[in-house]
Amino acid sequence: MIRAENIIKLFGEQEVLKGVSMEFLPGKTNLIIGRSGAGKTVFLKILVGLMEPTDGKVWYDNVDFFSLNKKQVREIRLKVGMLFQGSALFDSMKVIENVRFPLDMFANMTLAEKNQRVDWCLERVGLNGAHEKYPSELSGGMQKRVGIARAIVMEPKYLFCDEPNSGLDPRTALLIDELIQDITYDYKMTTIINTHDMNSVMEIGDNIAYLHEGRLVWQGSKDQVLSSDNELLQGFIFASPFLQRLRAAALK
Amino acid sequence: MYWKETMRQMEDIGIGSLIIVALISIFMGAVAAVQFSYQLDGTLVPQYYIGYIVRDLAIIESAPTITCLVLAGKVGSNLAAELGTMRQKEHIDAMELMGVNTAAYLILPKLIAAVVMIPLLVTISAYVAIIGGYLATVPTGALSSDDYERGLRAFFQPRNVTMMYVKAVVFSFILTTVPIFQGYYVKGGNIELGKASTNAVVFSNILILLSDYLIAVLLTG
Repeated sequence: MIRAENIIKLFGEQEVLKGVSMEFLPGKTNLIIGRSGAGKTVFLKILVGLMEPTDGKVWYDNVDFFSLNKKQVREIRLKVGMLFQGSALFDSMKVIENVRFPLDMFANMTLAEKNQRVDWCLERVGLNGAHEKYPSELSGGMQKRVGIARAIVMEPKYLFCDEPNSGLDPRTALLIDELIQDITYDYKMTTIINTHDMNSVMEIGDNIAYLHEGRLVWQGSKDQVLSSDNELLQGFIFASPFLQRLRAAALK
Repeated sequence: MYWKETMRQMEDIGIGSLIIVALISIFMGAVAAVQFSYQLDGTLVPQYYIGYIVRDLAIIESAPTITCLVLAGKVGSNLAAELGTMRQKEHIDAMELMGVNTAAYLILPKLIAAVVMIPLLVTISAYVAIIGGYLATVPTGALSSDDYERGLRAFFQPRNVTMMYVKAVVFSFILTTVPIFQGYYVKGGNIELGKASTNAVVFSNILILLSDYLIAVLLTG
């Protein structure tokens, strides 16, 4: 479980996060949604510890992350996997080397054991046979899948995904969503996804947090989205006339 | 300590710069020999001084300073661009999130590789410059082989070689750390990355020339 407690973040005079508190549960896909500039990325970076909050705390289970020393932070990070928006695959390494990288750095395993683990991860994301390819030879969707394989290779307890569907066609985006959800359920991970993809919200949103201008204005599940009377949320999710008609039909 | 990465950087910086360093050095030696031959022509200064001047010029100044100024452009801009791109493409963030100490994995191997390989390149540069001086004067008949050799052996001071290595180590440290800093902490997009790469070369060159002066004052005073 990850818990954010009254997170405030200032950039100079500008207050990007205005006291955000929320809880992310294990075995569930937790979504952070909001308009561009709402503070989602900053919030996610604070949750993973890439950025320090001006005030507030982040708890990993019962551990206050920002009170830890460097060694303790590293121990936590070994339990964290992250899928970056641009996948962040190392260009000079083949797929197998990219996925094996965390194992090469930290795992006390033989090369054969590491490769076996990589095989399993690539099979899990449906990328058998892509071992020897370079990231530049892969499509956007395949790169995301390699990113997921690398994120889960150390069997993380916490999985963070920053805009996992950006730049993907709807069908591939759906496959990535399903993959993340399956992995979350199978390994009881605490998964936090930063997205503004409405398909993701309606498909895999077990726990959705809506940020607006640096504040948490709504929290609930995908089943509660339709019936919510929060105008900010409805204005964001059902932004187009088409979606508004769709919502009205669904409510009937 | 990441030895594999350090070896890779040594190959990149050392072997990768060998041809450009050799090319520049041979012309530096050749030009110095031709110029001094012209300057000394008709004077009372013995002709074998050309070998002596080329040798000391190569050891004291051209091999460490000119080589490192060129390497600041080649290696320095490459380091700044590599690290800057890694920062922009979130590679550094990804490594840190995996628990990798990026300073130890990305920076230290580059620094060690540069401080080991650049003094070796400077040594090669000094030898090649002396060969360049020989090729420019002896085959053309400006100087006899014996005179050039006599000049090379004349007034040799071992402390000049010490000065060359002090310069090489200090300059290699500068031309690595400045670009690493510029690249590692780059913020923004491609324009900022370009500026960081330019700043890396400009600041390295200025610091190399400044420290060249300080080392000269300290070690010859």
